[in-house]
Amino acid sequence: MTGFDRFLATFFNGEVIVRYLPSILQGVWVTIACSLLIVVFGVAAGVLLACVRAYRIAPLNVAIVVFADMMRALPPLVLILMVYFGLPNVGIMLSSFLVLFVILGLVLAAFTEEIVWAGLTAVDKGQWEAARSTGIGFTGTLLQVILPQALRMVIPPLTNRAIAITKMTALGTVIGVPDILNQATTAQSFSGNASPLTIAAIAYVILFLPLVVMSRWLEERFVRHRR
Amino acid sequence: MDQLLDQFFNLEIMAAAWPTILRGLGMTLLLCLLVIPLGVIGGLAAALTSLSPRRWVRWPAIALVDLFRAIPPLVLLIFVYAGLPFAGIRMSPFVAVAIAFMLNNSAYYGEVLRAGILSVPRGQAEAARSTGMTHAQTMRAVVLPQGVRNVLPDLISNTVEVVKLTSLASVVSLGEMLHAANLARSVTYNASPITMAALVYLILLWPAVRLVSRWQRRIAV
Amino acid sequence: MAPITTLAQPSAIPTLEVRRLHKSYGALEVLHGIDLAVATREMVFVLGRSGSGKSTMLRCCNRLEEPSSGDIFLEGQPITGKRVDLDGLRRRIGMVFQSFNLYPHLDTRRNVTLALRMVLKLGRDEADARAMAALERVGLAGKAASHPTELSGGQQQRVAIARAIAMEPAVMLFDEPTSALDPELVGDVLGVMRELKADGMTMLVVSHEMGFAREAADRIVFMADGRIVEEGPPEQLFTAARHEATRTFLSRHTRQ
Repeated sequence: MTGFDRFLATFFNGEVIVRYLPSILQGVWVTIACSLLIVVFGVAAGVLLACVRAYRIAPLNVAIVVFADMMRALPPLVLILMVYFGLPNVGIMLSSFLVLFVILGLVLAAFTEEIVWAGLTAVDKGQWEAARSTGIGFTGTLLQVILPQALRMVIPPLTNRAIAITKMTALGTVIGVPDILNQATTAQSFSGNASPLTIAAIAYVILFLPLVVMSRWLEERFVRHRR
Repeated sequence: MDQLLDQFFNLEIMAAAWPTILRGLGMTLLLCLLVIPLGVIGGLAAALTSLSPRRWVRWPAIALVDLFRAIPPLVLLIFVYAGLPFAGIRMSPFVAVAIAFMLNNSAYYGEVLRAGILSVPRGQAEAARSTGMTHAQTMRAVVLPQGVRNVLPDLISNTVEVVKLTSLASVVSLGEMLHAANLARSVTYNASPITMAALVYLILLWPAVRLVSRWQRRIAV
Repeated sequence: MAPITTLAQPSAIPTLEVRRLHKSYGALEVLHGIDLAVATREMVFVLGRSGSGKSTMLRCCNRLEEPSSGDIFLEGQPITGKRVDLDGLRRRIGMVFQSFNLYPHLDTRRNVTLALRMVLKLGRDEADARAMAALERVGLAGKAASHPTELSGGQQQRVAIARAIAMEPAVMLFDEPTSALDPELVGDVLGVMRELKADGMTMLVVSHEMGFAREAADRIVFMADGRIVEEGPPEQLFTAARHEATRTFLSRHTRQ
């Protein structure tokens, strides 16, 4: 065998790929489902928190800032292990999928809150004054005038952050979520061949590369727009 | 409530686990000392090549950056650590972590630095070139210092992410802080060691997180 | 052209009345007791150097700035005090800003209809009809589908005026409406204000447009250092100002 043949047999072994592709595809669906849930919950919760913060109710704001800071300062894997291994001992049994979704959803909510809040405060003060001067109330102004402008401003950083956090669904492997990486490492140890890992990497590239390219496009369009 | 406290804030177990976690913290810091500079240097290379006027330099650079932004770091790490040995390339967990994180971090630092360089008005480079400075001198003495200052909050944010990322090394049994804490958890059947590690991460990273938040707000308004 | 002053008709209730208005920022008092009344259909110009407190006074009139003390009345109803329905009163006080403050995410028509829908709770058709009528009055019915970024500064300011008049306010406040405009665009905005006056709108205007003030105002109020120094019909102020500060200001601003 030449070196190249050996390389192919190790990383692109057709036989191994055919045998384990179905289970990796199952992992793809798990990864997609978990990612979608995280994005929907995380973005919605984050926007809601940022809006609540706009009312500047002191105790609520302290709670929101502490939550957002902690979720942004702690490594997600620390939170995942803490919740997944800690809660059963106090009688709360959560599936590994649920733990992964809740933790990463909260992390995305925290980042979204900070990003959207920065957007809300960046909207010109004159927009508040114009709306309030026509008799529109605080909530109406926030939701109809300020928030739409803030969201438009923060789409690029929010997209980047959402991609970075949904990629972390691979951490589910550590607690046994049957995602792409988990299926691949299982297949790798059964087959004694690295091809399943190659397939997993390719699967992630197929899933996330379009999103990464889209976020680059959004960012560049946004920068050009501002100039 | 008592049960929760006992499970997550058991002071006795925390005290017993502290030496182990402290050793782990040492490894975490060592890892940071290695992967942060590597990432910044790799990022600088990525930023400069992805802004090259030559298309055959620029496009491959952008493609590589996007590729490594698309692959989850844990996948990259396991590929390097568990995949490459099949090709006869064996390495210690430490080296595997350094390589995998270097690739991942370079892509992210690269994007931040690229945005920084782009944020410097073209007139700055033109002014420098008009005084006879070379492209390299202009970049080093005029564009980069301004660009780095413009994206300093993002650089700090990214560095926070890099420090958090080192916790993934626990998956390949590198004895950093999370690995140490998780080991203590599995021995004691109690999550308090992980809480303790979490507290250490908070002490390390919360100031940076807060600083960046305040900073960005001041720029935004 | 009867120069009406409220002082001459004490029996009539002014549309807008300011009494003993004080405003401080911390230890710094910027308004030292303002008394001012604007009669129905009257156009009052407020002149004064920047920093004289005229914009602050105007912004107190719909409580974008909270007065430190004093009273403000709209058609005899107090608008200061805690128990006042502020949003209910604000919809009856139109405001036009120096920087237009159009909503960049909405087209021209929806800039005008937003408050009609949300505050007056009009149906879509009725709000649209009223918005088109208001845009017609400022000569921009043809731009209803444009976005603010596609309009010139003068057009943006006219849309902002349409947004305010569509609410059918009892009084309009103008806060330096032409200061942010290129000189060749000022005329259009002043033209719209002139027409509003002809239609009987009550207006309180902070502006540096001396020529327009002299020609169109019923009364001019001159402010300096947070006080009203003097007031009267334009001709009287422009030709026979009693105070040194007024004379200096006028000579400096009318020479060009």
